[in-house]
Amino acid sequence: MTDVKIRNKPLFQAMVEGIQQEMERDPRVICMGEDVGKMGGVFQSTAGLHKKFPDRVLDTPISETAIMGAALGAAASGLRPVAELMFVDFMGVCFGQIMNEIGKATYMSGGAVRLPLVITASTGGGFSDAAQHSQTLHGLFAHVPGLKVVAPSNPYDAKGLMISAIRDDNPVVYLFHKAMLGLPVLGYVDVSIDDNVPAEPYTVPFGKARIVRDGTDVTIVGFSQTVQKAAIAADRLAAKGISAEVIDPRTLVPLDVEAIVASVQKTGRLLVVDEDYLNFGMTGEISALIGERLDEIKLKAPIRRLGVAGVSIPYSPALEKVVIPQVDHVIEAAQRLMISKVL
Amino acid sequence: MKPSTDQQLWMYETMCLIRHYEDSLAIAYFEGKLPPKIQKGLAFDLGAGPIPGEMHLAAGQESAAVGSCAHLERKDSVWGTHRAHHFAIAKGVDLDRMTAEIFGKVTGLGRGKGGHMHLFDTAVHFACTGIVGGGIPHSVGAALAYKKLGSGAVAVAEFGEGASNQGSFHEALNLAGLWKLPCVFVCQDNNYGISVNKANSTAVASVADRASSYGMPGVRVTENDPDLVFEAVGEAVARARSGDGPTLLEVKVDRLYGHFQGDPETYRPKGEVESLRKKDSLAAYEARLKAAGLVTDATATEIRGRAKARVEAAIAFARQSDYPAVAEAFQHVFQDAVS
Repeated sequence: MTDVKIRNKPLFQAMVEGIQQEMERDPRVICMGEDVGKMGGVFQSTAGLHKKFPDRVLDTPISETAIMGAALGAAASGLRPVAELMFVDFMGVCFGQIMNEIGKATYMSGGAVRLPLVITASTGGGFSDAAQHSQTLHGLFAHVPGLKVVAPSNPYDAKGLMISAIRDDNPVVYLFHKAMLGLPVLGYVDVSIDDNVPAEPYTVPFGKARIVRDGTDVTIVGFSQTVQKAAIAADRLAAKGISAEVIDPRTLVPLDVEAIVASVQKTGRLLVVDEDYLNFGMTGEISALIGERLDEIKLKAPIRRLGVAGVSIPYSPALEKVVIPQVDHVIEAAQRLMISKVL
Repeated sequence: MKPSTDQQLWMYETMCLIRHYEDSLAIAYFEGKLPPKIQKGLAFDLGAGPIPGEMHLAAGQESAAVGSCAHLERKDSVWGTHRAHHFAIAKGVDLDRMTAEIFGKVTGLGRGKGGHMHLFDTAVHFACTGIVGGGIPHSVGAALAYKKLGSGAVAVAEFGEGASNQGSFHEALNLAGLWKLPCVFVCQDNNYGISVNKANSTAVASVADRASSYGMPGVRVTENDPDLVFEAVGEAVARARSGDGPTLLEVKVDRLYGHFQGDPETYRPKGEVESLRKKDSLAAYEARLKAAGLVTDATATEIRGRAKARVEAAIAFARQSDYPAVAEAFQHVFQDAVS
């Protein structure tokens, strides 16, 4: 692809570029939500769009239920809204609209209702924003039928997945981790997975995992920012003689199970790393999906999981970094996997 | 704006159709649900029979539906509730497919996957939801789309006085008022949110009073009368269509059946239903049209006969239709196509 212009872009700009190019391509695309207008989003997820499309980038009141419900009504009536809720935590305010209305209309209508809408919000902790502004929660959306769930780990995917999300005729929950955005006010994990963002519009297909690092000893599956942490861990594990394969499913729904199965068939060891709650979430889901395929997979060690283990996110930095899986936790878990054995 | 003769006759005939539909479903609903056909020890089996599940009937609320929908074109939308048959019929939802949906058949509007609380007819822009207050914000989004796309259409949310105590009501009306959207909010006061009456659930005497919080007119219709609803909604629709923004209406209606079929209604004062039936809005309207010479005994019989035949045909269509194939359970979670 030598003819493609390659530029380095922070994730938030890649995401915005995806929205902007779709707005240019399709007049039905609008943005609505909390602070998406002149401010460009608290996390700059709509930066500059209001200036270009003043009639199509709409600040709303802080009314999460109205935003989500209106997104449904607008999507059912000819628009393709991108509805922004700032923090994923706020989905709790309007989860009825997401779970009972947006997720179910297509099914309950036997396919007659089409809801091309994208819900965007930030996820994740690491900034002492405490229990109500630091959650990840992507597993909640993945649990509910009828919602596609997207969680990019790098700028290239952020743009391509955004364009795919806007073009999809289904409700898509697009979640971006605050510590990957590249904003000047939020620290970030210093690792590059793919910062090369072509200027042209392109799509990244849903349900197709990215192999972030090739390896042979242990498979590490992460989502969003834990992909970045897993990539750093893999690089450090390599120095310790452990070859880790890092897989980024990129979309939780649909989930590329086969990519994970193929990797674990090769390595025989699985570590799932998530910043969402450990209990009853994606780590358990992926473990179960692999557990159900043990007639095709020979595990060398029991499956291991890292996540936020049954507590809310604490405020104090001394506690927050303990609760949220860090690179060191991933390294330690991988090392323990290498010495544990199945019976 | 007073209704024309044609409009009055349409409202009367549609009221007859709605009433006959609800009364017919009330009878069909209990097929197979009562002893000795059900599991021993049960008094009533909600999931049994040809119409499974809960059933919320709108008999007594016809005025609100016909008085509103008389002003609506096909392109306009109605966003309803768990008790929405009256609006569905008045908006022109395909009665055969609606009935088949209620019977859980594959020929239904949702191929048997939605049921009576979740009716979607995209051809006439009708949808309803089983969550109280859930549909109000949808109307706001639809109205936003109409405004942005310049379609000139109007979105109507119909709901009960109980739903006006939901947060979704507040958020949706604020947004509609703020953006001056072509919405009409038709709150039907049937005095009951399930079992709790308005006096025990709602801090204001009239939901229409709440309009002042949202920068829109509030209009109260205190009689269960299609002509009065017609006038009030007519102004609201005209206002919405001309770009002057939304209106909130509270319309008095009666709930002649329980919250759901089989509801023992122990919470209702003794004799309440009987007294409501004595001043039945449909009978009163028929009497008015007769007194005005618009309807005779003979034409009333003919109109009721047409309604009966239409309902019987819809129920027959539903009964004769097939249940969905097992594989259908796993289809339509998502749209396949990507635009």
